[in-house]
Amino acid sequence: MEDAIIRVENLFIDYRLGKTWHNVIHDVTLNIRPDTIHGLVGESGSGKSTLALALMRYLAPNARIPSGNITFDGQDLLSKSTREMRDIWGQLISLVPQDSLAALNPSYTVGDQIAEITRRHMGIARRESAERAVEMLHRVKISDPADVAKRYPHQLSGGMLQRVAIAMALSTSPKFLILDEPTTALDVTTQVVILDLFRALIHDNHAAALYVSHDLGTIAQLCDDVTVLYGGEIMESAPVKTLFAAPTHPYTIGLLRSLPRYSEESESRLETIAGIAPSLANRPTGCVFAPRCPIANSQCHAEKPPLTATDDGGLVRCWRWRDVATEGLGEQPKVPLSQAVSAETDKPLLAARNIVKHFGSRSVFDKLTGQLFSPVRAVDDASITIRHHSTLGLVGESGSGKTTLARCIVALNSADSGEIELDELPISNRLNERPKTMLRDMQMVFQNPADTLNPYHTVGQALGRTLKRLSLDALSPAEIESRVVDLLQSVRLTADYAQRYPAELSGGEKQRVAIARAFAADPALVVADEPTSSLDASVQAVIMNLLKDLRIEKGASYLLISHDLDVIAYLADWIAVMYLGQIVEEGSTHAVYASPYHPYTEALISAIPTPDPAIDNPIIYLEGEVPSAKNIPSGCRFHTRCPRKIGAICETEEPPWQDAGEGHCIRCHIDVAELIRQQNSPQEQRRGTR
Amino acid sequence: MEQNLTNVESFGASHSFTTRFGKFLKQLAERPLSLIGTFIVVLFLFIAVTGPLIAPHGYDEFMRDDEGALMRRTEPSLQHPFGTDKDGRDIFSRVIWGTREIILLPGIATTIAVILGTSIGLTVGYYGGWFDEIVSQLMDSLLSIPALVLALVMLGTFGQSEIGIIIVVVLLYTPIVARIIRSTTLNIRTLGYIEAAKLRGESTPYILFREILPGVLPALVVEAALRFSYAIFLIASLGFLGLGVPPPSPSWGRMVEEARGEYLQAPWALWAPVIAIALLVVGVNLMADGLRRIFRHEIDKVS
Repeated sequence: MEDAIIRVENLFIDYRLGKTWHNVIHDVTLNIRPDTIHGLVGESGSGKSTLALALMRYLAPNARIPSGNITFDGQDLLSKSTREMRDIWGQLISLVPQDSLAALNPSYTVGDQIAEITRRHMGIARRESAERAVEMLHRVKISDPADVAKRYPHQLSGGMLQRVAIAMALSTSPKFLILDEPTTALDVTTQVVILDLFRALIHDNHAAALYVSHDLGTIAQLCDDVTVLYGGEIMESAPVKTLFAAPTHPYTIGLLRSLPRYSEESESRLETIAGIAPSLANRPTGCVFAPRCPIANSQCHAEKPPLTATDDGGLVRCWRWRDVATEGLGEQPKVPLSQAVSAETDKPLLAARNIVKHFGSRSVFDKLTGQLFSPVRAVDDASITIRHHSTLGLVGESGSGKTTLARCIVALNSADSGEIELDELPISNRLNERPKTMLRDMQMVFQNPADTLNPYHTVGQALGRTLKRLSLDALSPAEIESRVVDLLQSVRLTADYAQRYPAELSGGEKQRVAIARAFAADPALVVADEPTSSLDASVQAVIMNLLKDLRIEKGASYLLISHDLDVIAYLADWIAVMYLGQIVEEGSTHAVYASPYHPYTEALISAIPTPDPAIDNPIIYLEGEVPSAKNIPSGCRFHTRCPRKIGAICETEEPPWQDAGEGHCIRCHIDVAELIRQQNSPQEQRRGTR
Repeated sequence: MEQNLTNVESFGASHSFTTRFGKFLKQLAERPLSLIGTFIVVLFLFIAVTGPLIAPHGYDEFMRDDEGALMRRTEPSLQHPFGTDKDGRDIFSRVIWGTREIILLPGIATTIAVILGTSIGLTVGYYGGWFDEIVSQLMDSLLSIPALVLALVMLGTFGQSEIGIIIVVVLLYTPIVARIIRSTTLNIRTLGYIEAAKLRGESTPYILFREILPGVLPALVVEAALRFSYAIFLIASLGFLGLGVPPPSPSWGRMVEEARGEYLQAPWALWAPVIAIALLVVGVNLMADGLRRIFRHEIDKVS
């Protein structure tokens, strides 16, 4: 560790809230060597972003560093003035932000913004710096760099912007890069490309990087070393293979176990970490994780464990790490899931056929000026069927129309055309034409827990109102009250939550109340739109277990929407894959996940980063970006990016549905047998490996 | 209830009315300027209500000295704290009597404008589409007419009266309130809890007034206070231009206008109403500013 480029020793950071200082980063020691990518993983509020920015000596106005050292390349950063730091920022240390659109100036072209950095830091002349900017864009594999350099940030897609941000960060060949959740906002197929770029460019430059993320999957695939942060303290720090293969800290183990994974045994549950993360104001006197730790003893609660070196060259902050290393955490008592209700009939609960929803209307001005009108074809002839007591997972990247399709089904958007049948009876596409019984049968859980509950209504009011509106029989206030308590208990919350306002709940608790609200009047179908995507891994596991339990207890069906295939694979028993407003593949989870036939599904599944560095699946890279839904390609919609395109037929003719057996269907011109043959050919296996 | 309150307190974020009001007063008290503003407003409100009891003389009573001569333009004294005007009326009493009009007319006008503007803003913002387009354009065109021009035309055509003045203020301020409420509503209507309300088949009025209104209330309270202060100014200006409530009722604006020509002989006659107007407007503004600061976070959340 002698040659570390950045060295952090016993760093503390405090934040001032009101008149008191709260400790957010506690005794952090970190060394990052050149030519390595160091992962920093933690849940929201763990202080990972604060720490990352502090490494470039960038602090919020209400923050201070009471003690500790940050040494960069032999220089003490904390003693430098802001003026001196300006020569380091951007030149020797640079940052790739999470939201590159916000980080770029909207009124300059991206080429100018890259050129400005090289002019400022390397004293390069104007014309030369412009050429260098184009060269940088070429290095981040932008296909037409000269053209892109002349564009403004809002004219580029998210994936392109992230490449521009990387080009900017690397333009001065910095020695140290901070990557703050740089792929969180991107789709998986774009993410793999960006991660590959990072890997290649950082190693080419012999730079070091700190990669901040909440996603263990990308950490496992990208990083060399990992540090796990919890409550502002390092829990464990180790080489990536060691950490994932033999984690020694109970928190790391809990985090890894709470990740959803596809399993053939559908009755399995995710393991969860009990309790909630500590608040800033009440830091436990002992180990910060002790209140949630399954093996904490009296010493853990009383004394803070020191950061200890392990035999594998890692660091761990735990009194009992040796016990963990030898005995493990022990299995969590397996709570059996309630017995599954067998699918009683093959009759569908809900069938949506040929749903079409286009957005945008032609304005009077456009009509007068004769402008060509192209609506956003969000959903373009999609059909899905959901059977009784089953979960249909709807997967697709952003812009695929999956949310719009679900909203058309519950009639929050009314479909332009298409039929929806509930229990084989046709129902209206418009919400105000649906009778109360139908509203009761279909409820929805929304994506964002922050706005799913009205901040001015108590939990009790929110649930009570739903019961009052949707229950079959008229309920007295006392009955409503007792039903509210039952509902809260069914989502594992205590009765006193009824008096609370949403501001007093955590994100996970809000989502539980939202789930309780959806189940208030015993619906037949619950539509869940990315119900866990904004939650931390350990909270996500709790919500997913709850969804799984409730489906069985209440005998409902789900339409589950997610961009996260692991979530879908864990919860759904039937999967439909959507691309540009149409379903391209559907089948049982087992069939689709184990053998995706459609080239798009195949690429999508291959792109999911596995939270295990030992697994190195071949990745299928898709070319280009998802086309705009305003301008959908002719023929097969996927032909512009398809790695298996066979010729003109893909561009001109819409592909037919093909049945691969047991209801596993794909929409492709290539014969299923031929696809299987191509996927299994040995040449193929090599092509994708990195 | 007691246990409930402490429970809420311990979480630091409370919305129940009693604790909220208490917290609100506490926050107001933490800002001395806002507190002074509120004190001034409360003082004027008190004067407006109890005016006839406090005022030593009637607003239209002519002061005569011991010999029965009219006491024109007497300097401020113990007997007449603000002096008398050119007609020999006690200015102190006239200012006090005038408080009622300057509080009541803007108060009523602002209330109507706020209720109308809120209803229009909520409906338009919630429905959107062509309906929003038409109503918003209409409101914007109303806003483009200069305030005094509209008042001159309206009051000139239909005659001067309390009702006329109120209509002018309502016409001027309803679009402004509607615009603010509309933009806040636009941000709220796409939120999850509004969609959840639709999915349980709530009626539009329920969604507008029970689900959306509480969210726009903080912005509304601040805007109402500001509108009130502008309305005071506007109505005083109308009085000054001779478009206010006709004489002999005491109006601060007209008192300023009457005293203006005699400033050299009787400056006190000008000072009293001018200071009264300034004090009230500054007081209301300080209070509005305090409200804005207190509700800042809640307003930011939705706009």
